[in-house]
Amino acid sequence: MKELFKLFLIFAKIGSFTFGGGYAMLPMIQREIVDKNGYATEDEVLDYYAIGQLTPGVIAVNVATFIGMKRKGLLGAAFATAGVVFPSVVIITVIALILRNFMDIAWVQYAFSGIRIAVIALIAKTIITVTKKGVVDKFTGILFALSIILALLFDLSSVIVILICAISALCYKAIKEGK
Amino acid sequence: MHTLFVMFLEFFKTGLFAVGGGLATIPFLMDMSDKYGWFSQSELANMIAVAESTPGPIGVNTATYAGVTTYGIAGGIVATLGLVLPSYIVIVAISKILEKFRENKITQNLFYGLRPAVAGLISVAAFALLKTTVFPNLVLNIKALVMLLVFTLLVLSYKKLSPIAVIALGAIVGIIFKI
Repeated sequence: MKELFKLFLIFAKIGSFTFGGGYAMLPMIQREIVDKNGYATEDEVLDYYAIGQLTPGVIAVNVATFIGMKRKGLLGAAFATAGVVFPSVVIITVIALILRNFMDIAWVQYAFSGIRIAVIALIAKTIITVTKKGVVDKFTGILFALSIILALLFDLSSVIVILICAISALCYKAIKEGK
Repeated sequence: MHTLFVMFLEFFKTGLFAVGGGLATIPFLMDMSDKYGWFSQSELANMIAVAESTPGPIGVNTATYAGVTTYGIAGGIVATLGLVLPSYIVIVAISKILEKFRENKITQNLFYGLRPAVAGLISVAAFALLKTTVFPNLVLNIKALVMLLVFTLLVLSYKKLSPIAVIALGAIVGIIFKI
């Protein structure tokens, strides 16, 4: 029971400080889930992201469900998911009902611009960690570059990019191990 | 049928078929706007803007906002629940399969290819954020650039710094320097 509430609280904390979508959540996940509580390894978190990208739904929710499930089964998944969603529901309900013009206030806009820049700095650090984990040889280096080129220059959706990299890796390994 | 029930079904559908994260839910919301007139397209644009800035996953924020606009607090809860439920079911199922096949060679090869792809996609997400904050409308925002450099240096030099502290500092700096 205690761990279920802890899962809820940790994910509520993560949800409260996720600015700018699922990937922006990674620095918080790393801090709270990997470093502080050891609920999952860095590799596992990356794997959950990849699957969360390919499966339907919001990525942040998918990752929370995965980690909750790993820790405490169905109930753990429910508490983690409820936790990551809870701050959104509260904050957005207040904004939608009371603070309709909230975003027009000048200092609010400045605060959010500042937060966005802070988030980029945090993600920059995450990219270094994640790249070290993902790029382990020449071939994964090629996949890393390829995914950036496909997403940035060819504007392909993340789902397609991940599928292309997955299929390439399976073929590469099959050929290499077949020899 | 009761509006709340229809809303639940529509958001469940969205959660089930929107693959690739929060922004993938937008076309579904546009359909809802056309089909039921729960909210107008311009209201939707405003919702997305708020959802992108406020804490929490973008998909969840947008669903809550659309739900509250349509049917008050109950609407917000029902819409969010509908959106999240398919993720929960799908991820719980995948998680069980994954635990069984984790050590499998093909699973290992698959993740070997997925990890660099996710690292690449995170870089692309950071780049997109960079473009909107440091180069809004393709004009360089010097203040934002300087702030980004200082914050990146800060985050990389003090690895123990909590993401929450960095985000709070970002908001303060944003307000003081009118970023």
